[in-house]
Amino acid sequence: MVRRSVFRSGGVVRRSVLRSGVACALGAAALALTGCSVAGAGGGAGSGPHGVALRVAIVSNPQMQDVEMLIKYFEREHPNIKVNFVTLPENQSRATVTDAVSTHSNEFDVVMISNYETPMWARYGWITNLQPYIARTKGYDENDFIPSIRKSLSYRGAMYSVPFYGESSFLAYRKDLFAKAGLHMPAHPTWPQVAAFAKKLDDKKKGVAGICLRGDSGWGENLAPLDTVINTFGGRWFNMRWQPQLTSPSVERAVRFYVHLVRNYGEPGPGEAGFSECATNYEQGNAAMWYDATSAAGTLEAKGSPVAGKNGYAPAPVLKTKHSGWLYTWSLAIPKTSPAKRAAWQFISWATSKAYIKLVGRKLGWSNLPPGSRLSTYRIPQYLKAAKAFAKPTLTAIESADPQHPTVKPVPYTGVQFLDIPEFQDLGTRVSQQITAAIAGGESVKSALQASQQYAQDVGKEHRS
Amino acid sequence: MSATAAPAQRVATRRPRGAEEAKARRERWARRGPLLPALIFLIIVTQIPFVLTVFYSLFSWDLAKPGSPHWVGLSNYGAVFTDPVFFAAVLHTVEITFISVGIATLLGLGLAVLLDRAFVGRAIVRTLLISPFLILPTAAGLIWKTTLLDPTYGIVNWIIRIFGGTPVAFVTAQPMASVIATVVWQWTPFEMLILLAGLQSMPRDVLEAARVDGASALASFRELTLPHLRSYLELGILLGAIYVVNTFDAIYMVTQGGPGTETTNLPYYIYQRAFLGFEVGQSAALGVVTVVGTLIVASVALRVMFSIFIEDNTAKA
Amino acid sequence: MATVAATATRRRPRRRRGPGLRARLSSVAWATLAWFAGIVFFFPVLWMVITSFKPEAAAYTSNPKFDFSPTLSEYKQVFSAGMGPFLANSAIATVLSVLLVLALATPAAYALSLRPVGKWRDALFFFISTKMLPVVAAIVPIYLAVREVDMLDSIPTLIILYTAMNLPIAVWMMRSFFLEVPGEILEAARMDGADLRHELTEVVLPVVAPGLAATALICAIFAWNEFFFAVNLTSIRAATMPVFLVGFVSSEGLFWAKLAAAATIASVPVLIAGWVAQRQLVRGLSMGAIK
Repeated sequence: MVRRSVFRSGGVVRRSVLRSGVACALGAAALALTGCSVAGAGGGAGSGPHGVALRVAIVSNPQMQDVEMLIKYFEREHPNIKVNFVTLPENQSRATVTDAVSTHSNEFDVVMISNYETPMWARYGWITNLQPYIARTKGYDENDFIPSIRKSLSYRGAMYSVPFYGESSFLAYRKDLFAKAGLHMPAHPTWPQVAAFAKKLDDKKKGVAGICLRGDSGWGENLAPLDTVINTFGGRWFNMRWQPQLTSPSVERAVRFYVHLVRNYGEPGPGEAGFSECATNYEQGNAAMWYDATSAAGTLEAKGSPVAGKNGYAPAPVLKTKHSGWLYTWSLAIPKTSPAKRAAWQFISWATSKAYIKLVGRKLGWSNLPPGSRLSTYRIPQYLKAAKAFAKPTLTAIESADPQHPTVKPVPYTGVQFLDIPEFQDLGTRVSQQITAAIAGGESVKSALQASQQYAQDVGKEHRS
Repeated sequence: MSATAAPAQRVATRRPRGAEEAKARRERWARRGPLLPALIFLIIVTQIPFVLTVFYSLFSWDLAKPGSPHWVGLSNYGAVFTDPVFFAAVLHTVEITFISVGIATLLGLGLAVLLDRAFVGRAIVRTLLISPFLILPTAAGLIWKTTLLDPTYGIVNWIIRIFGGTPVAFVTAQPMASVIATVVWQWTPFEMLILLAGLQSMPRDVLEAARVDGASALASFRELTLPHLRSYLELGILLGAIYVVNTFDAIYMVTQGGPGTETTNLPYYIYQRAFLGFEVGQSAALGVVTVVGTLIVASVALRVMFSIFIEDNTAKA
Repeated sequence: MATVAATATRRRPRRRRGPGLRARLSSVAWATLAWFAGIVFFFPVLWMVITSFKPEAAAYTSNPKFDFSPTLSEYKQVFSAGMGPFLANSAIATVLSVLLVLALATPAAYALSLRPVGKWRDALFFFISTKMLPVVAAIVPIYLAVREVDMLDSIPTLIILYTAMNLPIAVWMMRSFFLEVPGEILEAARMDGADLRHELTEVVLPVVAPGLAATALICAIFAWNEFFFAVNLTSIRAATMPVFLVGFVSSEGLFWAKLAAAATIASVPVLIAGWVAQRQLVRGLSMGAIK
């Protein structure tokens, strides 16, 4: 009797909870069904009497986040266009955008791609030719784009995407540490010179690495700087007959040099160090030099950075070539499937215009300008003042990069730090993993290159046929 | 089961045949009824993608190049079984799963026992202990890689330096251990929750009686608690294993499958094929092989190890 | 019983002392150990929260700085990045999918434990087998299928997928808890003539309420933190918190403090849910109190 009554009272409370739970579930099902019809209605860019809703996929780098912050100025000028952003980190964004564009999914009206995708996708007919739009836009001034950048985004002379910001690579170094050690950075350093500097400045006891270099896996991670070293050492990935050259003496010499340099005079844990880790190392004073993207300078000279004002920027070290800096640009394109191309172009032309660049300077600070896209940026006095240390080295680096002829010997591909072929994302990732293994010490350089050569064989075979 | 049948049979001799069959059929459908909504829902939502995956595994389709899928029959599967990285990935998957689930279960058991007894601030400690499970796995992976294991800025190395040791670049030198540590940290709370539910459902009077009779805490734990917990342990291990086999975030964030392919497991390798190689057919084939492999292992494990599938321990219905 | 009585007479006259010194020490040790474990497990999370209050350039130092002036600058940046819709989407998808899961799994678990169907083993095995396909392998086929029925970037898609994702574990867990219901209660209810619905709601469910809470919590956590479907199948309208969070990871730029702030905010609802649900676990099965 006692047992039952306990349950009865508990049951009353539980029953009401249960009732509301069931009601919730039914309500949820109803909601879900109505949601279905609402969601189903919108497939393309929403357009109607009240205007266009643009779907823009961008990468989550700081400059792009600035666009999101300033978008209200665009929407004020174009009250009938609403811009919706999808912000993802680089790897995710690339995968999502490639999936959407290659399956012709009409998921986005504007996509952020790079000089890697643009020539290929233009050739495939996946993105819109922007030249007619550029011609119709007064004051856009496409000749203001840095020539090497403009060329890297063109196909048969027409631009298929326009640059949002661009970068090359250079060598950041601590002027004060150099002065203290009585060293002088030449105007055009060579890699052997840089290695000698690294050896002298490396101070393991004080926790200062001679140089910081990327070591972590990824075709855009350790392979970016490594490829420039391979190029300037006279190596190449494939010869003109698409036979892989990864075990050739010049490539082996280059890779051995890189691995040796980073293992002996580089940051601790090099196999896991990417851009952010090296940036932190250098900024916190744990590295004397850092070879990486020109856009790194913005972080190093920012307010609050412990090393602001202490850095010099030398051109990317060379050996057998005159220049070796890489070339990379994030650019905006319109997928062929977009039903709102005109509105999309209005957004793109705004975000890549001279006026936008000045807007960033006025509202967010002159050191935050998107670098490396337009020549006129490097004539703005406020920018030259705010970015005194690195503005000119950045421009020089970008101007002198030549993706059409990156190597000493002729090659059947273009691209400085990548190969502009669709297989490179996969091939590059696999090779970079082998390099990381060599840097971590688990594998010898020779066996890493042999494994890489194997991967490259399949790719070469495809291109030969 | 037999218990239910017996009374029905005894009654049936008094009824005409047809009614007995009808009653049995009604009984069967009454039992199936509650199961059907979930079953049908799951069949529709999971088997359609599975069939599609099998379908695409018979084609070759490189998303990064123009051109539609073209038929290659079983050659994707051939490529899978001649790929050395595939076998390495299988090995790593097994290694990570075994070790992580093992450690997480043991730790979870210990923590559940700790939480089973009242003490000051128990509710707070309970929330603290489930916090690793609440964090987004991507963020958890980053926490381990950057704040804990970093060779220069990580807390673990800071503690090592305090004790005078030399810092270790964990992710580079001990990649497997780093991944396992991340996974264990995230999944121990899960195991703990399940085992805690089990502990809390134990009738207290039995333990009380044992204590009064002079049994030591250890003995009563061994003889009384563990057997009661057996089904919960099996549940925790099975579910934990299923989830940990599919670990992706920890590897993606901490080691990117490297150095080399030292920590590449099956999901990460499939990711590489699908999102870097953009090979829809190959990644689908890898997925199908993974399913078949897991099915085989799971059915063997379930029949050999777990009492669930050996004894008929459904309740006294 | 006899032994107890015997020992009792041998002991000194009964002044009810409080727990002896040994017992008190052991409970202090117990509490200390438990607190130590809690802090060790929580520490990385705590560190992430602390980092979120540091300015970006100081987020990393080689000797972790415990003293610093906290700033809300990173939180400001996170909030100005428009977190609202993502939070709402996550909340809707999580709550609705968990309710749907419970509604489907509870009767199913019942049908696999207390009043089992004939082929309960096969059904259970099927349920768990649906979790064996790595989502990565199926994501492109799923993407194409969802696109065909025009359900890309919609919350109902997420609700359906999350329900399917959580159903196996909910069924397995609820089944375990159902098996704990003591037979006598069921017999008593059946003899009282309770039908299935009554049996479930008035007799069984109150007993398994803590198990229900644990299951709901775990399913909610999985749904809230689910990343892969969200990032591949949503873009603008239906994107959830994990997608928002990952948008702070940048390949060129320091982001750790911002990400820590966003991750902290994203964890708060789940933390609250965890706190609320674990109180249910405390109450324990009422059976334990009776007798």
